[in-house]
Amino acid sequence: MIFYQVLVNGVVLGSLYACIAVGFSLVWGVLNIINLMHGSFIVLGAYLALLAYSSLGLAPWWTVAVAAVLFFGVGYLIQRFLINRVVAAPVMLSLTLTFGLDLIIQNAMIYFFKADYRALNLNPALGSVALGTVVVPVDRLIATIFALLLTFALYVVLRKSRIGRAIVAVRVDQDAARLLGVDIRSIYAIAFGIGTAMAASAGTLLALTFPIAPVVSYAFLGKAFVVCVLGGLGSVPGAVLGGLLLGLVESFGSYAIGPEFAVMLSFGLLIAFLIARPQGILGRRGFE
Amino acid sequence: MSKFLAIGALLVLLVFAPLSGDAYLVRLGTLACMYAVMAASWNLIGGLTGYPSFGTAAFFGVGAYTSGILCKMGVALPLAVLGAGLLGVVLAAIIGFILLRLKGHYFAIATLAIVELFREVANSATDLTGGGMGLNIPRHEGLGVYQEAAIFFFAMWALLAITAAVCLFVERSKIGFALACIRQAEGSAEMIGVDSTFYKTLVFALSGVFVAMAGGLYASWVHYIEPGDVFDILLTIKPVVMALIGGVGSTVGAIVGAIVYVTFEEAIWRNYLDFSSGIIGLTIVGLVLFLPRGLGSLRLRWRPRASTP
Repeated sequence: MIFYQVLVNGVVLGSLYACIAVGFSLVWGVLNIINLMHGSFIVLGAYLALLAYSSLGLAPWWTVAVAAVLFFGVGYLIQRFLINRVVAAPVMLSLTLTFGLDLIIQNAMIYFFKADYRALNLNPALGSVALGTVVVPVDRLIATIFALLLTFALYVVLRKSRIGRAIVAVRVDQDAARLLGVDIRSIYAIAFGIGTAMAASAGTLLALTFPIAPVVSYAFLGKAFVVCVLGGLGSVPGAVLGGLLLGLVESFGSYAIGPEFAVMLSFGLLIAFLIARPQGILGRRGFE
Repeated sequence: MSKFLAIGALLVLLVFAPLSGDAYLVRLGTLACMYAVMAASWNLIGGLTGYPSFGTAAFFGVGAYTSGILCKMGVALPLAVLGAGLLGVVLAAIIGFILLRLKGHYFAIATLAIVELFREVANSATDLTGGGMGLNIPRHEGLGVYQEAAIFFFAMWALLAITAAVCLFVERSKIGFALACIRQAEGSAEMIGVDSTFYKTLVFALSGVFVAMAGGLYASWVHYIEPGDVFDILLTIKPVVMALIGGVGSTVGAIVGAIVYVTFEEAIWRNYLDFSSGIIGLTIVGLVLFLPRGLGSLRLRWRPRASTP
C-alpha cells in the first residue's frame, strides 16, 4: 500500500524535523531570540560528519557526540559575548544581529567548503529494509532513531537535571527565577549552547540523508520556524508534535499535489497557525 | 540643520551623477535610490510604528514580477510600474490587515514567511513567471545603453522623491502621532480613541506600495529576474540595516543610511570579493552591538555635553 509508505516517509522526515527544531524552539522560548544562525549550525554539523568520515572513517552516528560537545562550546561563547548584549532589545535588533553573524558563518563556509553540494556516501552502502511493501533505507532509519534519541535526551535533561529545571524556570518566570538565585546570564548561555549543540548534532545525522551545501541552511531554518509555530514554543513535546505534523503534511502533500508545493504548503500552514493559533498545538499562549 | 544641508548636498550629487557620463556612477546612484525607497518604506512600519516587518522582499518581488509580466505583454513601463504599485498596495493592505494583529517575534516570523511563500508561488507558477528559469524582460528599442541607464536613474530618483515626501508627511502629520502612540502603548492608544488597526494597515499598505514600484522599475532595469533574486531575504534585511545606520524612526535617517550602506557595500565588493558578505556581516554585528541608535548618535561622543546648571 502506497499509503503506508507515504506515512513512514512522513514519520522519518518528521523525526528529523523535530530534532532540527527542538534547539531552535528552546532558544526562542527561553531567550526570546530568533536565532537565524540555526540553519548554519546544522550545516556545520553536517560538514563535521563529512570530514570525520572522509578523513577518519568515522560514521556520522559517532560524530554526533563530538559535534554536540564542540558546538555547545561555540554556542555558549556566542551567547555569552555577543547575543547577551541584545537579549532585552527589540526583535528587530536581535534578529538583525543573528543575521549578521550568519552572514559571517556563511561566508566562512563558502570559503572553506566551497558552494557545491556534497553527499556522504557510506562505503559499503547500508541498503534498505523492507517491511511488507514499505521500504526504508537503513541510513535514514538510523538517522531517525538517533534524532528521536537526541530529542528524548534533551527532554530528560530539561525535566530531570538541575540545569534543565533552571532553564525551564527562566522560561516560565524570569524574575521569580532570578529571585531564587538562578544566574540568568549563565542559563541563557547554557540554553543557547544546548540549542547550538542540538543543531549541529542534527546536522551530522542529516549528512546521512541529504546532500549538503552552505545554502541548504536556509531550508532547514525555514523548517525550524514552521515546526516551532506548529508545535508551540520552548517545549520538547511541542517540537516533536510540530515536526511530525510537518513531516506528514509534506509527505502526503507531495504525494497528493506534487513535491514542488511542499514548501508552499508548509509556509501556508505556518501563516495559518500564526493567525489562528499562535500558541501552537501544545503550549500556552506564547505571543506577547 | 547641518544634517539637512548634508543631505541636500548628497541629493544634488545624486541628481548630477548621470551628467558625469560615468555609467558605473549612474548604476550606483540608481541602486542607492532604490534602497533608499525601501529603507524609508520600512521605516514607516518598522521605525515609526514599531512593528518589526521582515516582509520588504515580498512586495519588492511582487512588484518586480507584476511589472515584468506586464512589460512582456507590451504594456508601457510607467503603466507597468503603476500596476506593480497597485498590486503591491492591495496585497500589503490585505496582508497587513491579517498579520498586524501579531506582535514582536510572531509578526517578524509571519512576514518572513510571506517572503518564502511568495517565492515558492513565483517558483511554481511557471506559466506566468517562468518559474526557476526566470523572466526575461525585453529591452527598450532604439535606446542606447547609457541613455537607458540614465532614464532608470531618473525614474528611481523620482520614485524616491515621492516616497520621501509621503514618508515625511506621515512622520509629521496626525498619522505619525497616532503611530507613535501605537509604538509606545498600543492598548492605551486604542483607549484614547486611536483606531490602531486602521493606522497600522494604512501604514503597512503605504510601506508596500513604493517598494513594489521600486521592484517594478528594477525588473525593467536589469531585464532579467528570477524568484531567488527578487524574493531574496537580503532585500528584507538590508533596509532594516540601512534604517539602523541612519537611526530607526527617521525618514531622513533611513535615506542617508541607504546611501551610506550602498556606498560601503560597493567598496567592499570591489576590494574584497571573497569576503564581502563576511565583512558586511561584521559591520551589521558591530552596528547592532555598538551603534544601535545609528550613526547620528556618534556626535554625542565627539562633543562634550553642555553643562546644565
